[in-house]
Amino acid sequence: MTSENASIQQRVTAAASCRGLSKSFGNVTAVNDLDLEVRFGECFGLLGPNGAGKTTTLEILEGLTAPTSGTVEVLGCSWGAGRDRELRQRIAVQLQETQLAEKLTVSETVRLFRSFYQRGRDPDTVIHLVELDEKSATRVGKLSGGQRQRLAAACALVSDPELLFLDEPTTGLDPQARLKLWEVIEEYRKSGGTVVLTTHYMEEAERLCDRIAIMDHGKVIALGSPAQLIAELDADQIVEFRIAGTLDETGLTSLPGVRRVLARDGAYALTVTEIGHALPALLGELARQRVELVTLTTHQATLEDVFVSLTGRMLRDA
Amino acid sequence: MPDEKTETTASGDIGSSLSRKAEAPESARSISGHPLVQLTLTRLREFLREPEAVFWVFIFPVLLACALGIAFRNTAPEKIRIAIEDDGRDSKLITELAASLARSRDVTPVVFDPVAAARALRTGNVALVVRRADSDSAARPEHAEAGVTHNSNPIAAAYPPLVFRYDPTRPESRTARLAIDDALRRANGLVDGVNIREQTVTEPGARYIDFLIPGLIGLNLMGSGMWGVGFAIVSARSRKLLKRFAATPMRRSHYLLSFMFSRLVFLALEVAALVVFARLAFGVVVRGAHIDLALCAVAGALTFSGLGLFVASRARTVEGVSGLMNFVMLPMWLLSGTFFSAARFPALLQPFIKVLPLTALNDVLRAVINDGVSLSTQWPQVIILLSWGLISFAVALRIFRWQ
Repeated sequence: MTSENASIQQRVTAAASCRGLSKSFGNVTAVNDLDLEVRFGECFGLLGPNGAGKTTTLEILEGLTAPTSGTVEVLGCSWGAGRDRELRQRIAVQLQETQLAEKLTVSETVRLFRSFYQRGRDPDTVIHLVELDEKSATRVGKLSGGQRQRLAAACALVSDPELLFLDEPTTGLDPQARLKLWEVIEEYRKSGGTVVLTTHYMEEAERLCDRIAIMDHGKVIALGSPAQLIAELDADQIVEFRIAGTLDETGLTSLPGVRRVLARDGAYALTVTEIGHALPALLGELARQRVELVTLTTHQATLEDVFVSLTGRMLRDA
Repeated sequence: MPDEKTETTASGDIGSSLSRKAEAPESARSISGHPLVQLTLTRLREFLREPEAVFWVFIFPVLLACALGIAFRNTAPEKIRIAIEDDGRDSKLITELAASLARSRDVTPVVFDPVAAARALRTGNVALVVRRADSDSAARPEHAEAGVTHNSNPIAAAYPPLVFRYDPTRPESRTARLAIDDALRRANGLVDGVNIREQTVTEPGARYIDFLIPGLIGLNLMGSGMWGVGFAIVSARSRKLLKRFAATPMRRSHYLLSFMFSRLVFLALEVAALVVFARLAFGVVVRGAHIDLALCAVAGALTFSGLGLFVASRARTVEGVSGLMNFVMLPMWLLSGTFFSAARFPALLQPFIKVLPLTALNDVLRAVINDGVSLSTQWPQVIILLSWGLISFAVALRIFRWQ
């Protein structure tokens, strides 16, 4: 990082921020009075279901979409203030579903993107970084989904950006391809880069992000580190079970250690603090009501459970 | 594999290679690293790796020139087939007529029985049927019956009355009628008093193929300019590639200019392919200066890529832009004098036809290739052409949709 950029960082407290941000498309409000602040060097996640306004927020920060109202500042600059091209030299973007030119090879594609930037990394080094060395001379049209996403990441990283925006970088990838991309993002972080990403995978947010804003209907409904957000649930375990027949739910809430009960179509999710007390008590209650248990699982509370407790809906089907 | 690889760590530990301080910024970039060069290279690669595009731009025009050139080639003027109807009444007359007409330069006589002769005339196999008149119909001139004319001139002395049966709306048939008349006069020593010396124009430069080739060059410049630019832009837009580019510091003018530059590269090849082919296959010569031809072609290519850019500036789908392209190009295919002279259209349409860019381009190309005049004399057409290009490029830049 140059000394010039370092001095900007001293004056500018946030890598990216927005105040009172709103965006409407006709009658639909995609983003509703949003305040965010992304710190230098952190990985900031926008987590939420499809249609929560994550992509719109990201594209406003990237300067690709103009907000209906509100202010945006990226690396100390505002979009449309005459310094856009300068700002674009310093940030990089991976869009949700860009289909790069199919007829170009991996190497040609990365070189093309490199040519747009005054400063940047050697294309071959970046191709090596995303582990596409062997595919360097392969045409984009012949790559797998995971390879294409890594190529898209290479096109973003080749500019050696200070700030990297990733819109659902691993959507549609198999677990192994996702893991490889996570490694690339983590290594970029280690080198001092700042990342803003959107995702609807809680495990992605938990693994990559220092801080997360959970979004729903264009608003931030929770903000903090993954550990903080889970701690705010005031529970460390989730007990999920399914029964045959009917159950009187009022008996469940009064069980020891149970904080919260969520029921839907014969499936129940209990938020519990002390699993050692809660589980025997639950089994006793089910026996008392003569209800037949079909399945029962317990797991550590996750961001998914945070979302469920905040909205009453599951993240993936909200 | 490039040398830089050896500096980086094994693939399992990709960490150290990512250090953002590891590489010094490239202050002086080579020309090959210039965005305009890279974008133009991208255009060229994408085009050359699309076999269909190569076919339509390079092979198709040559095939078209070939097909049309052969269909309309000027060999010895073809003789028109006519039929002599043999109804069995007067075989001597039939033989005499056949012998007289066979000496004609313009017609080939065949002898048919009445049924075959009628069928041959109906199907266009012969242009005219000559038969001996029935004695009663010979008595009165028959203008009431359309298409049937009686022979009533001095050669009546040599032959019994004849009937020429033909369709007067067929130019070939009218020609045949005059040719037979002429042949029969000559056969009987009757020659016109006017002394006529013939001068034929079948030398290179005045044939149909000479007219056609400049038109095909113009048509090809239009087609490849508009499709080449339009399709590439709209497909990039529909795949969000334009949006991705808009997120980089790439200059938008560089992106649009790369289309112009790549057109210039292919232009040289596609015009050369047609000119060389026409020269070798049909002996079509460029009478004007080659530099003038090159300048016209450049003007045409830039104009039509500007127009292609304009047509593609808003469309979101490839289907949408295809419709727009056809809407813009079809009138010019028909009206701009590619396959036949635009002068054939009514005077009312002429001012409109004259200002079409393809008309202007075709006129300039014909002036340079066929008439061999200097490009500088063609400035009105050149101005029309370049105005289209500049205006559409400027408007395209303003209204262009990047997302």
